[in-house]
Amino acid sequence: MKIISLCLFAIIAFGVPAFAAHHDEYPVSTPPLSPGIFPCSNCHAGMEVNAKRRELKDEHTNIKLHHAENERWCLDCHNPANRDKLKLANGDTIQFTESYLLCGQCHGNIYRDWKVGIHGKRVGYFKGGKRVYFLCVNCHNPHDPKFKPLKPEPPPTRPERTYGR
Amino acid sequence: MKMMSMGAMVALSMGSSSCTPAQVEEFLQKRFREMTGAEKKEVIRRLEETYFRKYGKKFGISTQPAESGVLWGYGLDLSRCIGCRRCVYACVKENNQSRVNPQLQWIRVIRLKKGSLINLENAEHYYNPETVPEPGFMYMPVQCQHCENPPCVRVCPVQATWKEPDGIVVVDYNWCIGCRYCIAACPYKGRVFNWSEPNIPAEELNTDVHYLGNRPRMKNVVEKCTFCVQRVRNGRYPACVEACPTGTRKFGNLLDPSSEIRYLIENKRVFRLKEDLNTEPKFYYFFSA
Repeated sequence: MKIISLCLFAIIAFGVPAFAAHHDEYPVSTPPLSPGIFPCSNCHAGMEVNAKRRELKDEHTNIKLHHAENERWCLDCHNPANRDKLKLANGDTIQFTESYLLCGQCHGNIYRDWKVGIHGKRVGYFKGGKRVYFLCVNCHNPHDPKFKPLKPEPPPTRPERTYGR
Repeated sequence: MKMMSMGAMVALSMGSSSCTPAQVEEFLQKRFREMTGAEKKEVIRRLEETYFRKYGKKFGISTQPAESGVLWGYGLDLSRCIGCRRCVYACVKENNQSRVNPQLQWIRVIRLKKGSLINLENAEHYYNPETVPEPGFMYMPVQCQHCENPPCVRVCPVQATWKEPDGIVVVDYNWCIGCRYCIAACPYKGRVFNWSEPNIPAEELNTDVHYLGNRPRMKNVVEKCTFCVQRVRNGRYPACVEACPTGTRKFGNLLDPSSEIRYLIENKRVFRLKEDLNTEPKFYYFFSA
């Protein structure tokens, strides 16, 4: 009885915080942040946090949110207290290099596929320690994720044009 | 005996015709599979010299053999391909294919109507819209499928093409006689032929080559996708996998239970082309969405 209660105590005391803080890690590439914008705390360290939902007029005006913009706005994903980190729905803060956890909250099936390599892109070496997984944001703009149509590369020349008649 | 006859041939040729010793050696070369290690080194040295003289660049020709316990497989996500052809041109650059006269492309992207899936009769290969993907169509890239039971290998009259232990079907360009029987035999039209001397712009040459892979070819030989043998035997992804902007292409070792290709075969809707022909291709098409 004593042993069981001791074990339970140990699990609760040490286990729960450990489970809450543990996040999966993957060999990802660097996030494609605009040059000079990181670390965000360079500007935001001294600023007051205005948590009112609004359209930004002074800065970051080039970002047009087109990703569930009726349901959310900037500070639902960006951590208001520390702009160098992102915020998960359960309150955890994560690095920009772990942004797949944030996307995975809503896009769980895609996240499951990305973890095993079915969704997304991997480059470099598939053996040894030099694997590079592209982050979600390396392909999808998080503020406007839908892919725009591309111009295709030229088709092959028809043989009759090359070899003459 | 062989040395004497070679010496005699060289002496004869020097006297009468305009064949250089290098050309005579090339003519008398053995099949790659029968060469000893020393003979391979000699052939590589001669080839590197020839390429240097021809293209002015120093090539590094590898003869790296297959590893054991490896069988390469390829996956292609048809719900993600947008038909942009970036893979085609990445392959052309990586593998030193002739750009013009003849224009050789190892990957062929075909456009199919959505709803009449895999009706290859109505496939369009020369599509050229302003932007892709076009609504109502899906795109399917096709290249050498590296069959487990390859018809091209069976029909070659001189056995210049064979299946390596890691599953890659390769061609010994110095042994191929150019009869094109393999092109007729391939059900996937994976092979192309050098109808004239290849034309590659010198600044776009890739000098990291493999003897059986992407070394510059000559007139009158057959060539095809080699799964980028120069890359995969070093653990790198093939060029087409790295070029695809939508992450459509998947590559891995079929014998490794933790690889991407095994996961997708076990968990996604997978099919292979022309399975009724019993060629056992290693190119698995699937839908992830």
